[in-house]
Amino acid sequence: MDAIRENIPLLLQGIGTTVALTVLGYVFALVVGTAMAVARVSPIPPLRWAATVYVEIFRNIPLLSLLILIAFGLPDVGLRLPYFWCGVLGLTLSSAAFVCENVRSGINTVPIGHAEAARSIGLGFVGTLRYVVLPQAFRSMVQPLVNVFIGTVIGSALCSAIAVQEVTWVTQTLNIRYAQAVLMFLVAGAAYLVLSLGGAAIGGVIERAVSPGSGRERSKAGAALDVTAGAQA
Amino acid sequence: MTSTSSTATQVLFDAPGPKGRRRILLLSVLSVVVILALLAAAVWQFHINGQLDPNKWIVYLRVDYLAFLGRGLWGTLKVTALAALVAFPFGLLLALARLSRVKLLSTIATVWIEFYRGIPMLLVVYAFLLALPAFGVTFPRFWMLVIPMILVSSASTAEVFRAGINAVDRGQHEAAAAIGLSRRDAMLSVVLPQAVRLVLPSLILALVTLLKDSTLGYVVSYNELQFQGKTLVSITRYLVQTYLVVSLIYIVINFLLTRVALALDARMKARAAAS
Repeated sequence: MDAIRENIPLLLQGIGTTVALTVLGYVFALVVGTAMAVARVSPIPPLRWAATVYVEIFRNIPLLSLLILIAFGLPDVGLRLPYFWCGVLGLTLSSAAFVCENVRSGINTVPIGHAEAARSIGLGFVGTLRYVVLPQAFRSMVQPLVNVFIGTVIGSALCSAIAVQEVTWVTQTLNIRYAQAVLMFLVAGAAYLVLSLGGAAIGGVIERAVSPGSGRERSKAGAALDVTAGAQA
Repeated sequence: MTSTSSTATQVLFDAPGPKGRRRILLLSVLSVVVILALLAAAVWQFHINGQLDPNKWIVYLRVDYLAFLGRGLWGTLKVTALAALVAFPFGLLLALARLSRVKLLSTIATVWIEFYRGIPMLLVVYAFLLALPAFGVTFPRFWMLVIPMILVSSASTAEVFRAGINAVDRGQHEAAAAIGLSRRDAMLSVVLPQAVRLVLPSLILALVTLLKDSTLGYVVSYNELQFQGKTLVSITRYLVQTYLVVSLIYIVINFLLTRVALALDARMKARAAAS
């Protein structure tokens, strides 16, 4: 226990860094990913193609490869970022691809009749998305977006490989110094579990708040087998 | 997926009139210009830092360098295949255990699954790399990578199988019970064969996840592609080039696997819709 008591500031700093990485990466990913999803369904072909290429690249590159490329590769072309922001950038780019896919399949769950109705009362592309399709799509997206959040939490651990001093890095450094393996793993594991479960709980509250009556059944049916939601790491 | 998205795409906006077409054309040209400008800025950044020097790229056409990376790729594929071969059946057993009526069994499986889904694989790798040796338990590097991959993947594939089993129509259970099959026989010979077929696309995507996880060989110093790239960097010093080539190899393999999974999924959905 001494190993923990003496290093509480360091551990708290590590946990704080993990939270910061996750929250910043996730919030940026939501913004970028939604923009990409809108680009993918837009009437402008080059934007559609660019967003598709973006998704295919960042969904398929291993997060560790991406982080290494950003942290150690970018300085070679004259772009120097602090390691923390390299981590945020990597998490954002990777999670945004998954956000984009989930928003897009969320858009596809809205019955086509709704979009047609919106058009028939004179709404354009932006109006249709903004007032009719996206608000409804968001309901079926809550659960998949929670999964992206958990993916971001877990992914943030890889930032320790590029020397970001988040909770994995801190506990493993202390582990080497104190040889208190079990204790250190408990601390790190607990931090990740609390973050993931906390995110899932908040997601559950949001989902209940936005679902009207039968919404729960619908989201359950939708979650049954959505292939594109998986495969994040 | 593709068919539904293209219909949704067509329905989100009207067939454009002459004015709309002009505006779309204008925005298209504008976005092409912006995208090209971004790409040009990236290439320029490479150029002014001397990273476009052909000598720094030509090495990736040399047989010995390619063979070196090829050995890494072989390591990656070996690790991924072995982890999948163990983790997938293991995941199926975990799913069955979680769905079992024996309380103890389902509790153990649930705890196992939630635990390994909730913690990063890197932490498991460190357990094998740093913690277990302190207790006198050491593994070869190969297993320090493969065992964490199996543990983490078993949990996520268990959830895939569980979703698949739950997605099999309830009527199938009832029909099996009606012809006198026991619960176990119904599961083995009626439900499971259908569930496994249903989850096939998700399993291919689990393979993609495993392939990505295998990059943690970089941490345990096992000769897979990412670590082989690191070694190559320490020899050639061509950092950005090497890591770009390595990343590109991963992207291509995962892209192809994802395509296969989506095609399979689309075919199964089409068949289900037809019947």
